[in-house]
Amino acid sequence: MAISERHRKRLERTAAPADRVPSVIQFRGVNKTYDSGDVGLNDVTFTISRGEFVFLVGQTGSGKSTVMRLLLKELEPSGGAIRVAGRDLSEIDRKKVPYYRRNLGVVFQDFKLLPNRTVYENVAYALQVTGAHRKEIRAKVPDILALTGLSLKLHNYPDQLSGGEQQRVSVARAFVNHPPLLLADEPTGNLDPETSIGIMQLLYRINRTGTTVVVATHDSALVDRMRRRVIELDSGRIIRDEIAGSYDSKPPTTAEFGALMRGEPAPAPHDLRGQVRDFGFDDD
Amino acid sequence: MSFSFFFREAMRSIKRNPIPSFAAVAAVLVTLLVLGVFIPIVQAANGAADTVSKRVQLDVFMKHAATRNDNARVRREILDTPHVKKVAFVSKATALRQQREADPEAFALLGGYNPLPDKFEVRPDSASNIAKIAATLPHDASIDAIKNRQPETNKIVSGTRVLKVALGILIGLLALASVLLIANTIRLSLFSRRREVEVMKLVGATDSFIRWPFLIEGILLGALGGLGAALLLLLAKLTFLNPLKDTFRFISVPHTIPVGTLAIVLLAASVVVSAVGSGLSLRRFLRV
Repeated sequence: MAISERHRKRLERTAAPADRVPSVIQFRGVNKTYDSGDVGLNDVTFTISRGEFVFLVGQTGSGKSTVMRLLLKELEPSGGAIRVAGRDLSEIDRKKVPYYRRNLGVVFQDFKLLPNRTVYENVAYALQVTGAHRKEIRAKVPDILALTGLSLKLHNYPDQLSGGEQQRVSVARAFVNHPPLLLADEPTGNLDPETSIGIMQLLYRINRTGTTVVVATHDSALVDRMRRRVIELDSGRIIRDEIAGSYDSKPPTTAEFGALMRGEPAPAPHDLRGQVRDFGFDDD
Repeated sequence: MSFSFFFREAMRSIKRNPIPSFAAVAAVLVTLLVLGVFIPIVQAANGAADTVSKRVQLDVFMKHAATRNDNARVRREILDTPHVKKVAFVSKATALRQQREADPEAFALLGGYNPLPDKFEVRPDSASNIAKIAATLPHDASIDAIKNRQPETNKIVSGTRVLKVALGILIGLLALASVLLIANTIRLSLFSRRREVEVMKLVGATDSFIRWPFLIEGILLGALGGLGAALLLLLAKLTFLNPLKDTFRFISVPHTIPVGTLAIVLLAASVVVSAVGSGLSLRRFLRV
């Protein structure tokens, strides 16, 4: 069974009744004012359902990162309520925050890899913090690194990798715990356009296993081509919440998705099947 | 997670950050070395001061004509006086021999003549009681003079007291400097790794999961520095102090802490300071 299938089954199995509620993220009238007096968010309300792929767009300082940091519980809101998987974040006390964060996969613009660890160790660390056994780590890490196309770089240190490769490690680390929710804050901000598409494809692939994916970005061209839901922020307010382009009745494959992003016509499916299968990933 | 995992994490961190690790070891080693040299010096000074203050005594000189019976009577009288701890008799002959040894030429002129009287050396139970003893001693007819050496002794004692206090302050400052230096070194090496701690927190590591490897690392580096300092001190004692001891008597006179105990004390101190230092310094960076 491919990793994606296993992940989908696992999500079904582990989902508590509360998790089955369609909304994974719920912001209700959220305000955030920083100590300096700057307004991060101003009365923001939105809901993101399970399995959605959502873009959070806006210019620098519009509040995208504030949303991300609130979801990570790095910041506390000044007002309003945030619920993740039905759970009110204000009820999670400081000691429980690490356990909450293990249910999130996070990808950052600056990758945030541990510089003293190899690719393998960086990904393994996310499992080690949960107290995973070595056996489990040995089974899962190569699997996920194959999915992200890093099988040949296992023993490289982050400074020996290109930006795109580092971001792939970061995605692998975010996904290795099979989180129900994956947050990516400007994941392509430091990458060239072609590499960016590769990363977005990877995130889309993860989304297709059932994981809810939220991507903050200021690259509106990229977003417009993807035809996913877009929430646009400006000065801490939501000014747009729409599905840019309609969903097809059948969601595109990862390859079609990549072509879509490059603005090319969709490639013939059979050309890419074999290639995709090499990554140990089943596509429709 | 098991201890072995945290231990491996600590070892990895030492290996991957050799320069901060070396700085921490060096800081511990140097400060402990200085402390290790100063502790015996302060002890020796204290010991010398104590020896001097123990020498507070009254000299009771007998008249030349005093007979053996007179001496025995006076001895009893002195012993009956309150606050007397010990009485030692120094006969004319003994005194002459002692003086002759000290200055053979001068005493050779005297020939067979002995000008020195018999003498009792009276030790008080406490230095402050010496004046009381002098006042209450019976006025026996065969006593020629009572000489109180207290003023001279007082000068020496107060002089050594100043020395004692000065060295005490110095060693306190030195200990403080050691703690600050070690704490600062640890802070610095942690500061360069604060981003690492931040990442660990973001992927869901608990505080204790992050803290243990750092603590073990601090303990290992502290122990390494302490061990180095202890070995160097031991080496210095064996190669430098021990040969001197045979040549100059005074070095072995004051009672000081045995070098083994000193090594253990220093090692324990370095481990405790390093562990507490890393634990406290880390607290700041864990607030993510």
